[in-house]
Amino acid sequence: MEINKDLIAASSTPILLATLAKQENYGYAIIKHVQEASAQKMEWTDGMLYPVLHRLERLGFIAGTWKAAESGRKRKYYRITPRGKSQLGEELKQWQAVDATIRGIYPALLRSFHPAS
Amino acid sequence: MHEHTTDQLEEQISQWRSFLQHRQAIHATDVAELEDHLREQIARLAKTGLSADEAFLVAVKRLGKLDELSKEFAREHSDRLWKQLVLTSQDTDQPERRNHTDVIAALGFALVAAVLVKLPSLFGLDIDHDTDFYVRNISFFVLPVLAAYFIWKRGASRTTLIPMAVGLAVAAAFANIYPFVSGGSTETLVGLHIPIGLWVAFGMIYAGTRWRETAGRMDFIRYTGELFIYYVLIALGGGVLTGFMAAIFNSIGFDLEPIVGTWIIPCGAAGAVIIGSWLVEAKQSVIENMAPVLTRLFTPLFAIVLVVFLATIALSGHGIDTDRDILIAFDLLLIVVLGLLVYSISARTPQARPGAFDVLQVILLSSALVADAVALWAIVSRISEFGFSPNRVAALGVNVILLVNLLWSVVLYVRFLRGRAVFSQLERWQTNYLLVYLAWSAVVVIVFPPLFGYK
Repeated sequence: MEINKDLIAASSTPILLATLAKQENYGYAIIKHVQEASAQKMEWTDGMLYPVLHRLERLGFIAGTWKAAESGRKRKYYRITPRGKSQLGEELKQWQAVDATIRGIYPALLRSFHPAS
Repeated sequence: MHEHTTDQLEEQISQWRSFLQHRQAIHATDVAELEDHLREQIARLAKTGLSADEAFLVAVKRLGKLDELSKEFAREHSDRLWKQLVLTSQDTDQPERRNHTDVIAALGFALVAAVLVKLPSLFGLDIDHDTDFYVRNISFFVLPVLAAYFIWKRGASRTTLIPMAVGLAVAAAFANIYPFVSGGSTETLVGLHIPIGLWVAFGMIYAGTRWRETAGRMDFIRYTGELFIYYVLIALGGGVLTGFMAAIFNSIGFDLEPIVGTWIIPCGAAGAVIIGSWLVEAKQSVIENMAPVLTRLFTPLFAIVLVVFLATIALSGHGIDTDRDILIAFDLLLIVVLGLLVYSISARTPQARPGAFDVLQVILLSSALVADAVALWAIVSRISEFGFSPNRVAALGVNVILLVNLLWSVVLYVRFLRGRAVFSQLERWQTNYLLVYLAWSAVVVIVFPPLFGYK
């Protein structure tokens, strides 16, 4: 199963904020982290991650700092800000509302998709 | 052998890097960030058994197509290439030819504007004798042509066209239906405020669908600043040219003075708006962002003047003379300070940390606010003595609008300096405030004339 592009775009903010809420991280590691967490279902084009990170930085949800990586190269690490944390809470509430709506409308159908649950 | 492949890989990476560096939306720091990503990806892939070549290709592919990537960066960092974005909206395959048609079109539209200005002469309305008519209607000759030029250039959807169309119709109706007393203040005020309101409405055509975004409005503000500078330059050059022309023709016994006043100046002033716009859009690389450069230069100077001014008031105990025109002088001061603020915002990278220039900006803003407060206090305490003339009420209104804008800007700026707010909030505040100017100009055009008996 592949998640469609619109959904990926819409979910990128909460996913990135949640990832960075766990720990400070840099671009490549963030992508790997998200891939693992989604069991390879979230396929991001790697480069597209960076404009999104820059947008979140501009909005003050995350803050970036350049540090030297173990290889000696410069690497930009991002961490979540207090503002980003409250935004994350807001976004999670919205996703839960969407999720609850779908479940409320089609409970039987959802059960048929997931016979185990 | 191994040595050889690393060399090759390094060469491939540096080639890729230079491709990336040629994209104007992608800055050096972004390239460094992407390169770090690319190298880590290559290292991972190499570990799984891919050759350096293969690993490089896969890693580059995963980063995404260069065009799409640069488009995404451009969307996020539109300040870096607001003008380039505009230019690529058309056919990019034939840049030569496009530039060529663009020049012709700009000249054509400028000619239309120049002719339109003189059109009323056919109906016996002359600039010299029917100044009233021109004061009220000058916007309607130039702005529609400018809008048409941009619609031709980038196309427009119905939603972006409607505000301008409605604005033009409404303004034209009120300007010509109201029974103005000839030469009265309300008539002049209407003439002054119509272009302000319509300019904001025109912004919706300029920014198009991006009008809803802060970045889109910011681009419009940038364009406005650059156009203003080009316009001043063209006016200066035009003045010199006309001066010479009049002088040399005078030497052979031809008096050009009547033609200069009725033809050259009005037609040139109208056409220059279009030519200036075309220059802003097309010659961006020649004079890149003049407004922010001037801002950098004059922010410290204005700050010094204002601080010294306040210190002089405090030390000498000399109050502000409540001259009749004092409010207008302080309105102009606030407009200049606002301009300095807006154009330093437009050139600033929102992510950058607070610096010395930001502190300077706060000093400038606060000292302007204090000076204005002193002036307002002086004038308000004597307003009953002067009476509420339309000019004074308009000046007071403008002052209050600008004061509110700058007050909140200072609050946001101080919060930003203390790490409590992000810079983009200040940017959003300024771009949203454009609508306040629109609303105020509508009030002046629609409410003021009947309120003051059309005098």
